[in-house]
Amino acid sequence: MAKSLDLELAAVTKKYGTTVAVEAISHRFQAGSYSCLLGPSGCGKSSTLRMIAGHEVVSEGDILLGASNVTDLPPARRGTAMMFQSYALFPHLSVIDNVAFSQKMKGVDKSSRLKKARELLELVDMAAFAARLPEQLSGGQQQRVALARALITEPSVLLLDEPLSALDPFLRIKMRLELKRLQRELDISFIHVTHSQDEALALADDIIVMNNGRIEQAGSPRDVFESPATEFVARFIGGHNILESRGAPFALRTDRLQVAKTGAESGDSLAATVRDVEYLGATVNLALETGAGSDLTAALPDGLFFQDPIEIGSTVFLSWKPEDAHHLAG
Amino acid sequence: MTDLTVSNDTDRKEETRLQPGVSAKVRKPVSDAVSGWLMSLPMAGVLVFFLVLPIIMIVVVSFWGATEFSIYPAFVFDNYEFLLTSPVTYSVFLNTVKYALITWALTLGIGFTIAYFLAFHVRSLTWQIVLFLLCTIPFWTSNIIRMISWIPFLGRNGIANSALISLGVVDEPLDWLLFSDFSVILAFVHLYTLFMVVPIFNTMMRIDRSLIEAAYDAGASGFQTLTNVVLPLTKPGIMIGSIFVITLVMGDFITVRFMSGSQKANVGRLISNDIALLQYPSAAATAVILLITVLIVIATLLRFVDIRKEL
Repeated sequence: MAKSLDLELAAVTKKYGTTVAVEAISHRFQAGSYSCLLGPSGCGKSSTLRMIAGHEVVSEGDILLGASNVTDLPPARRGTAMMFQSYALFPHLSVIDNVAFSQKMKGVDKSSRLKKARELLELVDMAAFAARLPEQLSGGQQQRVALARALITEPSVLLLDEPLSALDPFLRIKMRLELKRLQRELDISFIHVTHSQDEALALADDIIVMNNGRIEQAGSPRDVFESPATEFVARFIGGHNILESRGAPFALRTDRLQVAKTGAESGDSLAATVRDVEYLGATVNLALETGAGSDLTAALPDGLFFQDPIEIGSTVFLSWKPEDAHHLAG
Repeated sequence: MTDLTVSNDTDRKEETRLQPGVSAKVRKPVSDAVSGWLMSLPMAGVLVFFLVLPIIMIVVVSFWGATEFSIYPAFVFDNYEFLLTSPVTYSVFLNTVKYALITWALTLGIGFTIAYFLAFHVRSLTWQIVLFLLCTIPFWTSNIIRMISWIPFLGRNGIANSALISLGVVDEPLDWLLFSDFSVILAFVHLYTLFMVVPIFNTMMRIDRSLIEAAYDAGASGFQTLTNVVLPLTKPGIMIGSIFVITLVMGDFITVRFMSGSQKANVGRLISNDIALLQYPSAAATAVILLITVLIVIATLLRFVDIRKEL
């Protein structure tokens, strides 16, 4: 496999006519890291990935891979490979021919390209299916083939466009582990686009949260989850309440909210009405409505909740430790 | 109970499908199979009456006997014997196949190019529809008119010849422009290219665009993408178009008659001449042989591609 290289975006911009899809984003993807571009649909994450892949022309800015500027190179000459959202396997070619496709395009002779394709199929544990057509495979199997097809080009960066979105939830978790394992074994960079915060938290070394064509926050999953920089990040990453104190918003994790049946409303305590109770197994979520009309969620450990269950419609008093409140920018 | 056989039968089927102890609440008066047959009955009736019966009729008549002034029901092989031993038959069939092959190759080349342009180079759906409708404009007039309008164009003193002479390309009018194989094939291509464009365009529009990107990502050039991805995936459309064009050309007689000035012959003209002379048994025998030939060609084509995937 090829050596992994740093990938750097320098003020990369994508415009479609007058609309700006990606606005001057800069970021360095460390060699050999697993990065997730996370954001809602239309936030520019897919455009960013497609620009890195070379399937979208960069309007302004540069993309550097290692020491070379790849901004205007065709996809196959950049050292990147892309795994498409719907896998885009060639329906008329067998699994092994799909994997060997790029080698065939390069003019590699049949026996050596099939040999190499077989090695890649073994890597993703699909060698037994070499002669099948894509339509005869399950979603997870198709994904492995797509992975093998992308990896045969020996990329330094593998780009994955919502790779798990076409799978059912159970398989998604299984494939997610496998992607991470493969990335560790190959020691190349993976850049993974997703709109699922669970996926990003579970997989990434580096999460880049995007919104409206800009990077809202980039950092390790713990950084992003424990100290979200903006209100958008706090809301999108989930598990946070947004409250306001003296005109400035702050984020508070739902599991750090302390709920008491008795108490008094003071500076650091709020009265709220319980609107709903959701039992989720390990935790119980309370949907709360405060006097100010804002909706909050409190996640209580199930043990604590069932010691003294709280009824829907009752009034509770909320408090938290000052160190759990994270102030947000704008 | 005996007069309720159908519903009885249905009940038994229902019961085997359901879990024991659960009975069907709604009883269907007629089973799916029976209603299916009933629903297909009108179309089947039309086909039997207007397709199967006439073909049976033609086959029957092809064994009848004929004299110069009469035809009589019989079961004789005279017509086939005459047909299959005459050298004219073979040369005419050969000519028909020649027209079909050349027209097929040209319509395929032109049709594939047009469809490829429409499907992959025209980006907006609106323009695709506009240009596609543009292709169908010639179909707003009848076959015959489109054919006849070539005659003043290609004639000895026609537009094509005068243009070529005034441009200095040729010194004297070209004779082979009209009433020749050239003009026959030109008219065929003009008439039938759209039958190639439509199915190929339809198949191409179904090709997932991400496949093209995936090919590009794998380093394929435009031409490699065409030969390795687009062409194989367009095969079913090509086959359907080929069947249209080949059957239309092989069954045609009017184009050959008009565009060759009655100087060239194909099987259709053989049949039409027989009919003009009231030699129905001979015409029927020729028609049967033509039908068999066309069916063999289509069966051969279908062996290459599974067009059921398209339907």
